[in-house]
Amino acid sequence: MATAAITAERETYLNSAYGLKSWLLTKDHKRIAVLYFITISIFFAIGGTFAGLIRLELLTPEGDLVSSETYNKLFTMHGVIMVFFFLIPSIPATLGNFFLPMMIGARDLAFPRINLLSWYLLIAGGAFAIFAMVAGGVDTGWTFYTPYSTSYSTTYVIATALGIFIAGFSSILTGLNFVVTVHRMRAPGMTWFRLPLFVWSHYATSLIQVLGTPVIAVTLFLVLCERLFHLGIFDPALGGDPVLFQHLFWFYSHPAVYIMVLPGMAVISEIVSTFSRKPVYGYAFVAFSSMAIAVIGFLVWGHHLFVSGQSLYAGLVFSFLSYFVAIPSAVKVFNWTATLYRGSISYDTPMLYAFGFIGLFTIGGLTGLFVASLGMDVHVTDTYFVIAHFHYVMVGGTIMAYLGGVHYWWPKMTGRMYPEGFAKLSALVIFIGFNLTFFPQFILGYLGMPRRYHEYSQEFQLLHVLSSAGASVLAVGYIMPAIYFLWSLRYGPVAGANPWGASGLEWRTPSPPPTHNFDRIPVVTFDAYDYSTVIPTEVNDVGH
Amino acid sequence: MNQHGEPSHHVDSVRTYVGVLIALLIATIVTALVATLDLGPFNIIVALGIACVKMMLVVLFFMHVRYSTLLTRLVMIGGLMWLAILLLLSFVDFGTRGWIGVPGK
Repeated sequence: MATAAITAERETYLNSAYGLKSWLLTKDHKRIAVLYFITISIFFAIGGTFAGLIRLELLTPEGDLVSSETYNKLFTMHGVIMVFFFLIPSIPATLGNFFLPMMIGARDLAFPRINLLSWYLLIAGGAFAIFAMVAGGVDTGWTFYTPYSTSYSTTYVIATALGIFIAGFSSILTGLNFVVTVHRMRAPGMTWFRLPLFVWSHYATSLIQVLGTPVIAVTLFLVLCERLFHLGIFDPALGGDPVLFQHLFWFYSHPAVYIMVLPGMAVISEIVSTFSRKPVYGYAFVAFSSMAIAVIGFLVWGHHLFVSGQSLYAGLVFSFLSYFVAIPSAVKVFNWTATLYRGSISYDTPMLYAFGFIGLFTIGGLTGLFVASLGMDVHVTDTYFVIAHFHYVMVGGTIMAYLGGVHYWWPKMTGRMYPEGFAKLSALVIFIGFNLTFFPQFILGYLGMPRRYHEYSQEFQLLHVLSSAGASVLAVGYIMPAIYFLWSLRYGPVAGANPWGASGLEWRTPSPPPTHNFDRIPVVTFDAYDYSTVIPTEVNDVGH
Repeated sequence: MNQHGEPSHHVDSVRTYVGVLIALLIATIVTALVATLDLGPFNIIVALGIACVKMMLVVLFFMHVRYSTLLTRLVMIGGLMWLAILLLLSFVDFGTRGWIGVPGK
C-alpha cells in the first residue's frame, strides 16, 4: 500500500507511536494540533446544525417549526459553540499549534505539557457546554446579558458559563505558550524581522488572549456569584449595574473578534505570498499592523453599548476610537493587494480562499464602520444588519482563512494532496453560499428586521428564503472538504516536502514532519518570503 | 542576572517579608475603616488606590518582580496598563452619565 510505502521510509509524527494512549498523552505540538482539529470540527458540526435549524425556522414568517423558547436556545447555543468552542481555538490551536514552532525552527512549543493541558481544558469546558445543551439548553444569547442571565432565565446558564470559564483557561494557556515560544525558542538567525507574518499575527493574538481572557472569566464568575448567591453586582434590584456587565463582557469580547480574525490574517499573509511568489509588500507595516490591531482592539468595546444606557459622552469617545481600528486592518488589505501586483499568481485552492477572505473581510470591516458611527448604529442595533456584519468578519473572514490554511498546509500535515478540482469547486460553492446567506441579511436589517425573533412580517420572507437557500448551499460547501480530506488521507497523491514552492521553514522538512520537526535545528540566513532559496518538490502520484 | 545569563533568584530577608505583611494588614484595616466614611465620589478612588498599593507590594516583593528581568517587568507593566484601560474607559461612561439629565426628572 502507498501509505505503507511512505511510512516505511522514515519516522514521522504520525507513525512514531500507535494507540489511543499515544495520542491522549502526547506532548508533541503536531499531535495536539490534530486533537484540536478533530475537536473543533465536531464543535463546528454541532454549531452548524443549530444554524441550519435557525434557517429552517426562518423559511416562513410564522413560528411553525420550533417554539420561541426553543428558538432562543438554538441561537444561543449556536453562538456559544461557534464563538467559544470553534472560532476562538480554530486557527491558533490547530494551524498555530502545528506550524508556529516549525516556522521559527523550534522542536516544540516552550511548554509541551501545558499545551496538552490546554486541550483537556477545552474538552472539559466543552463537556459542560454540551451537558447544558443536552439537559435542556440555555436561552440568554451568547452574550449572557444581565439581569436576564442572573435573575430571570430558568435555563442552564451556570453550566454553560462554567464551560466557557474553563475553556477560557485553555485559550490563556495557548496564548502564554505562544508568547514564550516566540521569545525563547527561535532558531539561530531567526530574528524578529525574519519571522513569517503568521508568527507576528499569532504573537499579537496571544497577547489579546493573555490580557483579555481573564476578564471574561472574572465576569462570568461574577454572573455565577450573582445567580447563585444574589450578590448585587449587575442586577439593579440588588444594587448592581447591568451596563457594568456589558463593559466587562465587551472588554474581552470585542478584542475576541481579533482573536478570531488576526490568525485568519496570519494565514492569508502566507498564502498570498506563496501563490504570488513575492515577499509580502511592506513586511514591517503588516507585522506592526497586527500589534496595532491587538492594542487598538482593546479601546473600542463601548461601541457595543451605544443604546444600552451608556453615557452619550462615552459613546462619542468609543465611536471616535473605533474608527482607528480600521487603519491597521486596511494596511493589511492594501498590502496583500500590493503583493499581488506583478506577482506570479497561481489560482490554487488556498489562493481562492485567500481571495474570498480579502473580499468578504473588507465588506465585513467596512460595515463595521457603519455600526461604529453613533447615529447609524441606533438604526441598525439588534437588527440583521449587525448579524450580517459580524458573519462577514467571522465566517467570511475567519472560516475562509481557516479553510484556506487547512488546504494550504494539508500536504504538510498529512503528506497527501487533496483533489484540486473538487477543492476549487468547494471554495466556489462556499463563496456563493456564504454571500447568498448573509448579503440579504444586510438588507433585512436595514429594513428593520430585528435579530432573535422566530416570527417576522410577511414582507421579509423573500430575503429570508434567499438566506436559508444560501445556508443550504453553504452546508454543501462545508461537507465537501470533509469528504475529500478523508479520502485524501488514504488515496491522495503523495505531496513531497514543498508542493507549493513556499519559503517558510516548515516546508524545508519532510511531509509529514518527523516528531522533532527537523533533523537538525536550522540556521536561518535569509529573510521571510525569500523565494531565491526555495526548491519546490513534485507531487508524486503513487497514492493512486 | 548571574554569570550564566539566567535570572538570579534573590532572596529577601525575613524582616522585609514581615514588613510587607504588616503593611498589607494595615492597608486592609485602613480599607475597612475608610468604608465607614462617606467620601462621596472619592469612596471608590480611595478604595482602589489602597488596593493598587497592596497589589504592588505583593507583586514587587512576594512575586519577586523587583528583582526580575526587564521582560518580566514589561509583562507586569503591560498587565497594569490593560487594567488601567479597562478602568479609565469604563469611568468615561460612569463618570459622565449624569451630565445630561433624564427627561421628566
